[in-house]
Amino acid sequence: MDLKFLDFEQPIAELEAKIEELRFVGDDAEVNINEEVARLKEKSESLTRSIFSKLSAWQIAQIARHPMRPYTADYLQSIAPDFQELHGDRMYADDPAIIGGVGHIDGRRIMFIGHQKGRDTKERVRRNYGMPKPEGYRKAQRLMRMAAKFSLPIVTFIDTPGAYPGVGAEERGQSEAIAYSLYLMARLRTPIVSVVIGEGGSGGALAIGVGDRLMMLQYSIYSVISPEGCASILWKSAEKAEDAAAAMRITAESLSKFELVDDVLPEPLGAAHRNPAAAADVVRNALLNSLDELDKLDIEQILVERQRRLSGFGQFKES
Amino acid sequence: MSWFEKLMPSRISTEKRTRSVPQGVWIKCPKCDAQLYRTELERNLYVCPKCDHHMRIGARRRIEYFLDADSLTELNASLEPEDPLKFRDSKRYRDRIVQAQKKTGEKDALITVSGNLMGRPVVVCAFEFAFMGGSMGSVVGEKFSRAAEHSAKTAAPLISFSASGGARMQEALFSLLQMAKTSAALANLGELKIPYVSVLTDPTTGGVSASLAMLGDVNIAEPKALIGFAGPRVIEQTVRQKLPDGFQRSEFLLDHGAIDMLIDRRQLREQIASLLDKLVPMPAPPTD
Repeated sequence: MDLKFLDFEQPIAELEAKIEELRFVGDDAEVNINEEVARLKEKSESLTRSIFSKLSAWQIAQIARHPMRPYTADYLQSIAPDFQELHGDRMYADDPAIIGGVGHIDGRRIMFIGHQKGRDTKERVRRNYGMPKPEGYRKAQRLMRMAAKFSLPIVTFIDTPGAYPGVGAEERGQSEAIAYSLYLMARLRTPIVSVVIGEGGSGGALAIGVGDRLMMLQYSIYSVISPEGCASILWKSAEKAEDAAAAMRITAESLSKFELVDDVLPEPLGAAHRNPAAAADVVRNALLNSLDELDKLDIEQILVERQRRLSGFGQFKES
Repeated sequence: MSWFEKLMPSRISTEKRTRSVPQGVWIKCPKCDAQLYRTELERNLYVCPKCDHHMRIGARRRIEYFLDADSLTELNASLEPEDPLKFRDSKRYRDRIVQAQKKTGEKDALITVSGNLMGRPVVVCAFEFAFMGGSMGSVVGEKFSRAAEHSAKTAAPLISFSASGGARMQEALFSLLQMAKTSAALANLGELKIPYVSVLTDPTTGGVSASLAMLGDVNIAEPKALIGFAGPRVIEQTVRQKLPDGFQRSEFLLDHGAIDMLIDRRQLREQIASLLDKLVPMPAPPTD
């Protein structure tokens, strides 16, 4: 399998290449090389562990955007195999950058909504690199209202560079679409749980991320602007993205220290794409736990708690 | 130099004359270049009398122009920004705050007051664009939410004047979440059926446009204000084409159905008062 190693993973990549090579040789050679392969595998694992124990914010951003990282549809496939996709905003179009629909996790009925990136070039273009247009948010709103109508809790998966900054998006009211999503979710009469699975890019991410619980996968990021965008405005150079990533504390770990995130979900060794099934298990269990907790409250209590949670965001002085 | 300028003796050319005048008595309209006498401009609420260009004005002046004289009480004036992330780019955020506070005399980018609009109690929020581009951080979000709560408690309509580049990057995710916080405060107000009028002024973009500014029961814009989600430069870079004239201006938004009406600054008081009277008539004063 071509794992598309990132720059800082090169030492791991070299070891893995060696292992592959040995295996290849092992097929037709008589020497027993199993021992050597096992030794190298162990070495590769401990190297991975050591590299992944001290990742910078920028490196984590690279992992969050990794081309092989599991996307919304991948998680749905493993945790809600009976998922049925529902399309369209009933007004203008179906935006493939956001997918939504109904399915079961462990017998629980759930409305799922998530950003969707594409895997190959063609699909990436079709899904606009996971950058939704107003019709995407309006589809999400429609599904949220439907969820409340049929008492389905909502689970959202966040993974977008941001809402699309294009001419058509502006013409059709990108600002209003995002703003109204925030407004709707604030008082929606059904539980809402969100997981950042990759990139949490600004208002385009938040627009499906307001609710009762916010979780982040260990190597996902969440920020008000992309590190590149921030760097080009504040440092006047996109090359300073690494500094911007660090300064904005975009990682799950730092955000949970500031209590902006409720839970950080651990990823398998070498990040979710190295073992998507294990990552999906973690997500599934975390979702079930959150939904169980919310089950103990009636909807009025949930709304009061949600209000308290939302109005508590922020740090300031008052003299 | 044109033939006309050559004919004129240099000492009476207008350009030289303005330079010798003490700064501030004359103001040049950024749109039509007319030289305007400050007192006259102030009387005209900083709308150019020659071309009707609406100049940017500060939050205090905005509120003063809008509400009845001597009716104002400022709300939550003591809120001040913090620097939870110890953010530093080419400058420290802490220093930027101090600099902006010195420049504007304000603690942060939003002023909130309660007061009367043509005799009716209202709550007003106004962004100070000169304070870090009117950017929304924790203080702006908290003051806006408290203003909405005050509006809910007193059943007084809420009116906001936005002028903002968006979320404040130096507060990172804290600032992003202010979008959710302010929208939630407005959702509460909405459930109580108290009107919220959003007035979008030049410029309103980014996180402020994509939250509180677009959520008015009635959205109003001043003429020719820049209003949008993404800034024009970002869009140009993304789509690699030149944007049409008037793109993302108030008139464009009116055409595309994003706002209810365009109102000249000099008409805002009367028009909004009249609007509120139709949405929620004021209770008649008790008769003896």
